[in-house]
Amino acid sequence: MICRTSIFIELQEGVLDIQGKAVERSLASLGHDTVRSAKVGKYIQLRLECESPEAARKEAERMCDDLLVNNVIEQFRIEVEGE
Amino acid sequence: MNTAVVVFPGSNCDQDVMHAVAETLGTKVYAVWHRETSLPEGTDFVILPGGFSFGDYLRCGAMAARSPVMKAVSNHGKRGGLLLGICNGFQVLTECGLLPGALLPNRTLDFICRPCLLKVENVSTPFTSLFSRGQIVQFPIAHGDGLYTLPEDELKSLEDRNGVVFRYCGSDGGTGDAANPNGSANNIAGIVNSAGNILGLMPHPERASDPLLGGEDGRIFWKSVFSVFHKGGL
Repeated sequence: MICRTSIFIELQEGVLDIQGKAVERSLASLGHDTVRSAKVGKYIQLRLECESPEAARKEAERMCDDLLVNNVIEQFRIEVEGE
Repeated sequence: MNTAVVVFPGSNCDQDVMHAVAETLGTKVYAVWHRETSLPEGTDFVILPGGFSFGDYLRCGAMAARSPVMKAVSNHGKRGGLLLGICNGFQVLTECGLLPGALLPNRTLDFICRPCLLKVENVSTPFTSLFSRGQIVQFPIAHGDGLYTLPEDELKSLEDRNGVVFRYCGSDGGTGDAANPNGSANNIAGIVNSAGNILGLMPHPERASDPLLGGEDGRIFWKSVFSVFHKGGL
């Protein structure tokens, strides 16, 4: 089956998110006074040919370890459709 | 002394560094394409050059760190062979875990390209043996992601073991925030591993190896490597 797998990557707490800060300031300068903070991360969508959504999640976790995530500065969360 | 410069798609300082090493030392320098699975026989010194390998996609240096040649490069470093990463090469070294920490976007979010003063903090490395401790040198920087970061406890252990080799400084040698171009932790511009054979730095010594380009401090860097090598140090 094809499993639509989404990977959300963000900087770990405490790691300077300078892009998030820039977005925060820009929104404030446009008058959006509700913004208390902004974080900028990455979103990667994969279509995986796997036996089950659970297998797709395991596969995606391995991909995060192998390439997609730098665990020195980033953290991630995975969502698999149909899980 | 045989030098190998690894070329990734998007490397753009490979020719500069090959020229600087060959011109300064008169030694053989080979280019090695990233798809190779071994280094030329008799390679003593490996350099990962600056540039934008794989377009800086995903994270700077992330894909280059997984290139076929990197297994051989990593083995060379783990065996104690001399390994240098400049700018994007430094990012590659952190991405493959041969050096600690990571490089984040500059705090100003600008790409910064200008000469920079650096304080040489550690002269016991093969790359800095001919500098004097505390010497101020000028190498240019040219990067968008040069903010060196690592967790607090690791930063402390890096400092404690004298792993910081170059620090951004002012003309008086001060290493305060005003002399920090990109927001790097403790003004760090270059670090060495505990064994002392793997060095990564954001500034470009190869762009300071000819008076025509505004400076020759980089030549001391190459001559240090050469001198240590010929004393049988490595």
